[in-house]
Amino acid sequence: MLKIRFQRKHLSIPYAIFLILFIILPLLLIVYYAISDKTGAINFSNFVNFFKDKNKLGLLSFSVIIGLINTILCLLIGYPIAMLLVNKKYNKSKVLFLLFIMPMWINFVLRTAATRDLLYWIGINGGEMPYLATMIGMVYNYLPFTILPLYTTMLKMDKTLIEASYDLGARPHQTFFKTIIPMTMPGIVSAATMVFMPTMSSFVISDIMGERKISLIGNAIQFNFDQSRWNDGSLIALIMLLIIVIISLLTRNIQKQEDARGSIW
Amino acid sequence: MEKNDKIIELVGVSKEYDNNVVVDDFNLYIRKGEFVTFLGPSGCGKTTTLRMIAGFEMPTKGKIYLNGTDITDIPPYKRPINTVFQRYALFPHLDVYDNVAFGLKLKKIEDKKKDKDGNEKTVLRKLTRKEIDTKVMEALKIVDLEEFETRDITTLSGGQQQRVAIARAIVNEPEILLLDEPLGALDLKMRKDMQLELKEMHKKLGITFIYVTHDQEEALTMSDTIVVMKDGMIQQIGTPTDIYNEPKNAFVADFIGESNIYNGTITGEHKVIFLNHEFEMVDDFEKNEKVDVVLRPEDIFLLEKDKGMVNGKIVSKVFKGVHYEYVMMVGKNEVVIQDTKEYEVGETMSFYIKPFDIHIMHKEFVSNIFDGYIDKNNKLLFAEGEWECNVTDLLPGSSLDEDGYLVDKNGKLYDLTDALVKVEVGLKDIEIIDNEDDGNVSGEIVSIIYKGDHYQVIVRTPDYDDFVIDTEWTWNEFDKVSLKIDPSKIKMTLKKDIKEYVKD
Repeated sequence: MLKIRFQRKHLSIPYAIFLILFIILPLLLIVYYAISDKTGAINFSNFVNFFKDKNKLGLLSFSVIIGLINTILCLLIGYPIAMLLVNKKYNKSKVLFLLFIMPMWINFVLRTAATRDLLYWIGINGGEMPYLATMIGMVYNYLPFTILPLYTTMLKMDKTLIEASYDLGARPHQTFFKTIIPMTMPGIVSAATMVFMPTMSSFVISDIMGERKISLIGNAIQFNFDQSRWNDGSLIALIMLLIIVIISLLTRNIQKQEDARGSIW
Repeated sequence: MEKNDKIIELVGVSKEYDNNVVVDDFNLYIRKGEFVTFLGPSGCGKTTTLRMIAGFEMPTKGKIYLNGTDITDIPPYKRPINTVFQRYALFPHLDVYDNVAFGLKLKKIEDKKKDKDGNEKTVLRKLTRKEIDTKVMEALKIVDLEEFETRDITTLSGGQQQRVAIARAIVNEPEILLLDEPLGALDLKMRKDMQLELKEMHKKLGITFIYVTHDQEEALTMSDTIVVMKDGMIQQIGTPTDIYNEPKNAFVADFIGESNIYNGTITGEHKVIFLNHEFEMVDDFEKNEKVDVVLRPEDIFLLEKDKGMVNGKIVSKVFKGVHYEYVMMVGKNEVVIQDTKEYEVGETMSFYIKPFDIHIMHKEFVSNIFDGYIDKNNKLLFAEGEWECNVTDLLPGSSLDEDGYLVDKNGKLYDLTDALVKVEVGLKDIEIIDNEDDGNVSGEIVSIIYKGDHYQVIVRTPDYDDFVIDTEWTWNEFDKVSLKIDPSKIKMTLKKDIKEYVKD
């Protein structure tokens, strides 16, 4: 009689099933749809068409630019805030920290709609100024995701390194660029990756804030799937995935230095 | 001593954090090329003082002068002073070479340049790559890390990181090198090696070193001058030999090396009494002065019973490699003795000490201090007297139960029988009574000194316990009197932790 003895490795079975069912299988499906046509036959005409279509390439580069601008704005605004928050003088009870992080916990759609109404109320009309309104909405939404990894990296940073830098003759601005920025690089990288990719693929913010006048690559994916054009939609999703892979390969070296401690994800 | 010999001078420097005085009226100057150590227990303000010299902390009061110029308000990056930090504080994002080159890359030096018309001009320029390279290599050579330039900081051992930290500091050719417990994180063997290496480096470089440590042995090995600190105040400044052989007070004696410290009284020319025995000694002190007596364990010899000066019973023996360390009980006092011969615990022996090995120190006299104990009836016994003191003072919030045990807030019982206490009685809290039997203890007046508005009287009991009393009334020497002390004025503190007396 076959007797199955329980072993520790059997504990991994549920996770393996989960992985196959919800991650590997869908991924393979995306790849399949991306490299097949409507009839289900495999061919690469989708790919070729995408890179031939100026509109689609334009959309992709526009999304990249919006993503970059949002990342830079979030870092420029979030970095000083994170520095302020790690300073115990200003953030004694961590209440301030919670206030900055709180928007993360409020429903995304509701939050964005409320931002639109608030902007409208102070005179920034999404219909008239779609770019400005979208950018404000993006920065507002992604700022907490920037502050959090920066804050955790800065908290762990050895403060005597700043003193050491002063001691060796670095003025405050030199200390900032030569010591503080390099030391918080892992936090900057994880903040950037957490802002850049989601910005490109988001469609809710641009839809709501820009009153459907701005279209990002995320809008294109949504549009394709809405129209049952699964092949086109999957192709764009696959291209996005490839961009992510390339970016994480490029930033891997910086992350490794700190064992990716800077990121909480 | 010439004035321009002083490289750094601290004048009346104090530092307070939230009304907490960490460094109190610190006055010190350090001469060029000296190796000075700030030595003291943790929290004595030594690191704070160092940080003020480095510029990381601003003094609350006082001035710091470097070569005669006031640098009190100058930020650290403008001071020609470099620090080796306690945990090295190396930049993990840079390799060994770049860590060492960090300061050089920022540095600007004066250079002569000819302009179009051929006139010489002094301009500030950065160091060239080659200049930096030469200096970095030189510094790495000094710390024996020539092959390590491209290594990552995280791949280095503690000792190697230490060396990089030193190289990073000395490469800037500072006028003063500050070292904040730099060897604290190393193991014993490595520490000993580094001590000697640092000393060598100091000789070779000729820079002034200011070193902070709580390790007295380290201070004695390395320094030219030691500054012993306690509670933010300088206790003694001197060479290692001075500090070891002639400690200024009981704290220094206790902190530098192991010591036996007793309360003594000068009984005559070159005579001092402690441990109920009169010893010969060599220092000149005023008769009847209350003093601290310090005996080094290695200066005391064990002899057979009655052959030495004072008898006692050996209660513990620990083998320490070269010698044994014994604890001998003389009455209620412990004497720590180091001897190479082996004796058994429980033996009654005697000890001998040479007159010049008895170190006598002035005592700041503010109250009478006695060694006392509590008997089984919760009475306080000291100096042949008995007092009905309130033992609940020893543990706040406690009370006594009907069996005479101390009960704390949580109902825990303590048995204080034979508990050793330090007894303090103020000079004004003792009343002298004519009748020998009316007071708590009786004795003879051995000294009376007029102190302007009152007399200071010393009363000696038959067992040589001295009471110092401030009184408005005049008495005569050799009067037999008795002393009365209000028990509520007696301050008691337990010598051991209260937990030792938990009754189970």
